[in-house]
Amino acid sequence: MSAILRTSALRSALRASAPTVSTRAGLAGTTFVRGKATLPDLPYDYGALEPAISGKIMELHHSKHHQTYVTSFNNASEQLADARQREDIQAQIVLQPLINFHGGGHINHTLFWENLAPTSQGGGEPPKGALSKAINDSYGSLDAFKEKFNAALAGIQGSGWAWLVQDTQTESVQIKTYANQDPVVGQFRPILGIDAWEHAYYLQYQNRKAEYFKAVWDVVNWKAAEKRFK
Amino acid sequence: MRSPSSSLVPLLFLSSIFISVFASEQLQQPFQFGEMSAPMYTLPPLPYAYNALEPHISAQIMELHHSKHHQTYITNLNAALKAQAEAVHTSDITTQVSLQQAIRFNAGGHINHSLFWQNLCPAKSADAMSSSAPQLVKQIKATWGDEEKFRDAFKASLLGIQGSGWGWLVKIEGGKEPRLVIATTKDQDPVVGKGEVPIFGVDMWEHAYYLQYLNGKAAYVENIWNVINWKTAEERYLGSQADAFKILKASL
Repeated sequence: MSAILRTSALRSALRASAPTVSTRAGLAGTTFVRGKATLPDLPYDYGALEPAISGKIMELHHSKHHQTYVTSFNNASEQLADARQREDIQAQIVLQPLINFHGGGHINHTLFWENLAPTSQGGGEPPKGALSKAINDSYGSLDAFKEKFNAALAGIQGSGWAWLVQDTQTESVQIKTYANQDPVVGQFRPILGIDAWEHAYYLQYQNRKAEYFKAVWDVVNWKAAEKRFK
Repeated sequence: MRSPSSSLVPLLFLSSIFISVFASEQLQQPFQFGEMSAPMYTLPPLPYAYNALEPHISAQIMELHHSKHHQTYITNLNAALKAQAEAVHTSDITTQVSLQQAIRFNAGGHINHSLFWQNLCPAKSADAMSSSAPQLVKQIKATWGDEEKFRDAFKASLLGIQGSGWGWLVKIEGGKEPRLVIATTKDQDPVVGKGEVPIFGVDMWEHAYYLQYLNGKAAYVENIWNVINWKTAEERYLGSQADAFKILKASL
């Protein structure tokens, strides 16, 4: 496992110094090698989202925090497979929160990197087409939507995420917040997520998180969001 | 920082001046009833300088943590309590219920941080030695075997928190003998249950360590032991729940 992760981290480091345009959508970036989750490459440089998000934040966030979720998810998965083999139901249940937390952390960050982009690669350009219409139908305008989204982010008590999600039953879009690393699964489809954990902004914004929530829209990749919207 | 926030501060300040000037004419106004019947909490001063916990916790972290984060919990708590007092006055029960979570979160933040500042001290202080807590240490040894095993169990609990939260050593009263447990709480949930006396707490929100330790929270969890105030811990261990929470009355 460690060899695979090392290779993945190396690829990531190489890619990070030679940015490419991401054409991935959905969870295509969540890569699995021989059953193991690996850290996906960032589709841009660590410094490419400045000044909205500093290069130092991006580097720690991707190479340390996301990597830890990947490593811990693989550990938990391995233990879960063992517990299944042993038909140890208690052990399987004990592992569920770890799968949810670390698997959720891996899914959330993978989607997050994809739904951000430097301004030179379309970051901040407003959504078009069906997604734009759905947002206008639900919120009146993009600006009104952003205001509601930022209020949702500010209202998170503790660590968590805010998402624009699509209800798979009604196909309408709505804003939902999730605690810690709870992923968007089940009835809702993730369209656009913003990380409200303190590690996502603290080195640059400290306690002034409202400034981060305001600035992050300059680097939102609405093209990635459009691809997730059905 | 958190929801309704700092814009309320100048308003409250202005209105209190207004009240002091025109109090005699304004006493019958419902707005004033709400304002005057809700308690106003203030930020308790740190019992040491911002840089006093260095190198284990940096002065920059301490200053932001105390003057910004803790202050924001107090500001938002006061706003929520004021809104609650008004809702009580107008018999608006739905508003009262909808305020519960904001009160729990922001009051919890105020309670937790007030206890936290008191249960830390400079590493060079005699209070930072566990020998300053003879009775507590005796009970720790009786519970976990030795101090090292206790610290390892406490550290493991801290590192197991998923998201924001706190780790506490808690005395539980009510049985034949009081007993000690390690408890973790999420977000700003406080330790206020019946018979529970918080002995000391460690803040595991990222804002408590990130500027200095970044993603290396294990190092923070290791170093925090250098600045635990065992004298305060002993006092809380020997005292009641009300004794531990004295600081909150003092910040009214």
